[in-house]
Amino acid sequence: MAIRDKLSGNEAVAVAMRQIDPDVVAAFPITPSTEVPQYFSQFVANGAVHTEFVAVESEHSAMSACIGSEAAGGRTMTATSANGLALMWEMLYIAASSRLPIVLSVVNRALSGPINIHNDHSDSMGARDSGWIQLYCEDNQEAYDSVIQAIRIGEHPDVNLPVMVCYDGFITSHSVENIELLEDDKVKNFVGEYTPAEYLLKRESPVAMGPLDLQPHYFEHKRSQAQGMMNSKKVILDVAKEFGKLSGRDYGLFEEYRMDDAEIGIIVLNSTAGTAKTVVDDLRDKGVKAGLIKLRVFRPFPFAELGKAVSGLKALAVMDKSDGFAATGGPVFADVRSAMYDFAKDVPCINYIYGLGGRDVRADDIAKVYADLGEIAKTGKVSSTFNYLGVRE
Amino acid sequence: MAYNLKESTKKPERLTGGHRMCAGCGAPVVIRTILRAVKEEDHAVIGAATGCLEVSTCLYPFTAWKDSFIHSAFENAGATVSGAEAAYTAMKKTGKVEGDTKFLAFGGDGGTYDIGLQSLSGAMERGHDMVYVCYDNEAYMNTGIQRSSSTPKFADTTTSPAGSVIPGKVQFKKDLTMVMAAHNLPYVAQSAPMTNFKDLYDKAEKAIYTPGPAFLNVMAPCPRGWRYDTPELMDIIKLAVDSCVWPLYEVEEGEYKLTYRPKNKIPVADYMKPQGRFRHLFKSDVGEEMLKDLQKEVDRRWENLLKLCGE
Repeated sequence: MAIRDKLSGNEAVAVAMRQIDPDVVAAFPITPSTEVPQYFSQFVANGAVHTEFVAVESEHSAMSACIGSEAAGGRTMTATSANGLALMWEMLYIAASSRLPIVLSVVNRALSGPINIHNDHSDSMGARDSGWIQLYCEDNQEAYDSVIQAIRIGEHPDVNLPVMVCYDGFITSHSVENIELLEDDKVKNFVGEYTPAEYLLKRESPVAMGPLDLQPHYFEHKRSQAQGMMNSKKVILDVAKEFGKLSGRDYGLFEEYRMDDAEIGIIVLNSTAGTAKTVVDDLRDKGVKAGLIKLRVFRPFPFAELGKAVSGLKALAVMDKSDGFAATGGPVFADVRSAMYDFAKDVPCINYIYGLGGRDVRADDIAKVYADLGEIAKTGKVSSTFNYLGVRE
Repeated sequence: MAYNLKESTKKPERLTGGHRMCAGCGAPVVIRTILRAVKEEDHAVIGAATGCLEVSTCLYPFTAWKDSFIHSAFENAGATVSGAEAAYTAMKKTGKVEGDTKFLAFGGDGGTYDIGLQSLSGAMERGHDMVYVCYDNEAYMNTGIQRSSSTPKFADTTTSPAGSVIPGKVQFKKDLTMVMAAHNLPYVAQSAPMTNFKDLYDKAEKAIYTPGPAFLNVMAPCPRGWRYDTPELMDIIKLAVDSCVWPLYEVEEGEYKLTYRPKNKIPVADYMKPQGRFRHLFKSDVGEEMLKDLQKEVDRRWENLLKLCGE
């Protein structure tokens, strides 16, 4: 029987970590992710886990210690936000290229500057090319479920890549919601043992990791890393299926909400999906054929699946909670539109940058986007491809 | 058993020949001496900061390390090895690993005195059972002899060149061993591979087998950066120690102990003269004043050390 509880997003993630009982957690506090290591260190202090908690002196050292630990053969987890993730940057790439399946909870927060502690996605979006799998979560339940699945995804021998589980700072991390937890033994059985093929502590066959790798082999190693990311799509779906049997909760690469006969639709990530779903319901009540896609897996990017999913629309808006400063819209837009070139070439697609630095996103804001889409669907004309929502100009 | 160089060198090498370090480089001599102090039955996890040692000993698909080895980046050998040690502790609890594994991190002075200082300080403060070894060659040699905070005053490097106005590096060398001693660790020592290597071997053995964190700072001259003839490596080290530029001492649980006292303390100039990086001092009119300046600082630090050691 599932356990019903009321937890904040951070607490739910910390509980998942307790149930996973990793060998090492190395972390450094930063708002709004601080509670994750805080709750977890209490589990350590109470002997609820066998984990070594390494209270490092910076996020750079957090990821470095995670790399050392995972390379040594230990299952390893951490959490961070914004500038903390930025300080890890160098090591994110090294973790991925060393094929170390570390699981990192990214509690999304605006990246400085100016300094701001509230939610947007500029932190994890900046890390989208670092070679980490990225899962985005709408609410506490998804964050909890995804952290558990992330262990299995990253450690799968066809993948061997680190995984970021991203959820919105404060909105998700600090909001207390009803949640269904799995029993400890079920999580333990689901994640199983970490059994890497090679690791530093395998004394019978010592291994050298992190070599200098020049022209003769570097490219092959990067190609193999890219293959891991390609393979991960199937593994993400397989793990989700197995998790679904255990929990009764279904996960895919993205969630389609009232998309079957939709004419206008938006693509969103994380908590905004919750707000947007109520707008879709209201519009449906009024006879507007509105739909929504909540992207769960951003890396690997579900190119064909997403391209096909929007091919029946008359107009689409991609919502980016970060600005890539490319002067051509946000990062999600760029990837979605690229997929549409192959699968939905004739569907007008526009971009909105919204909610930066925690700017509140109301149902009215989302309704305005659908109104704009309705106009495009009717006229077939796009007056502005790149847009900012809810900003004073 | 008392230390015997001949016996000690009969142990199987843990850093094999065939690595690509330069002839006359101090670093592999330092590493091999330290690794001889690891018991044959013990496994080691060795980490290295980016630097000469790392790029020359682990070029894919080869490794010169007989033990497990990890390099991840430049500034984080302390943190990386601390993570491996934490995994070991956790996996011991669950019975996933057996036997004794020792944890060592090697970094040059760039990776230790400068960019890796925070990571080193953190790892030592947290009390991981590991040894951090700085092989100190007094500049960023891997990138082509740029000054570090370990570079001695007036040394000519590619970013502190001796010019017509500025005579090489302007600042004195940072005293990292004292910085680490101030961490109040179970064991801190300064050493050099000298004469029969006993000083370094003994300190390595203590560092490796004292539970908790230990720091070794070991002089490892670089023929390219210091500009000496490669066969002169051992002579240069002896001059550094006998001039008290590089005193040999240890700090065990806060107790300072001088492990070598030169019979005749030689002038700093005798140590500097064979090195091309100080050549300009011996050619210039003001060189004598500069040498006096250096001698004064070396004497001041030496006297301070003698006091700490109760000598």
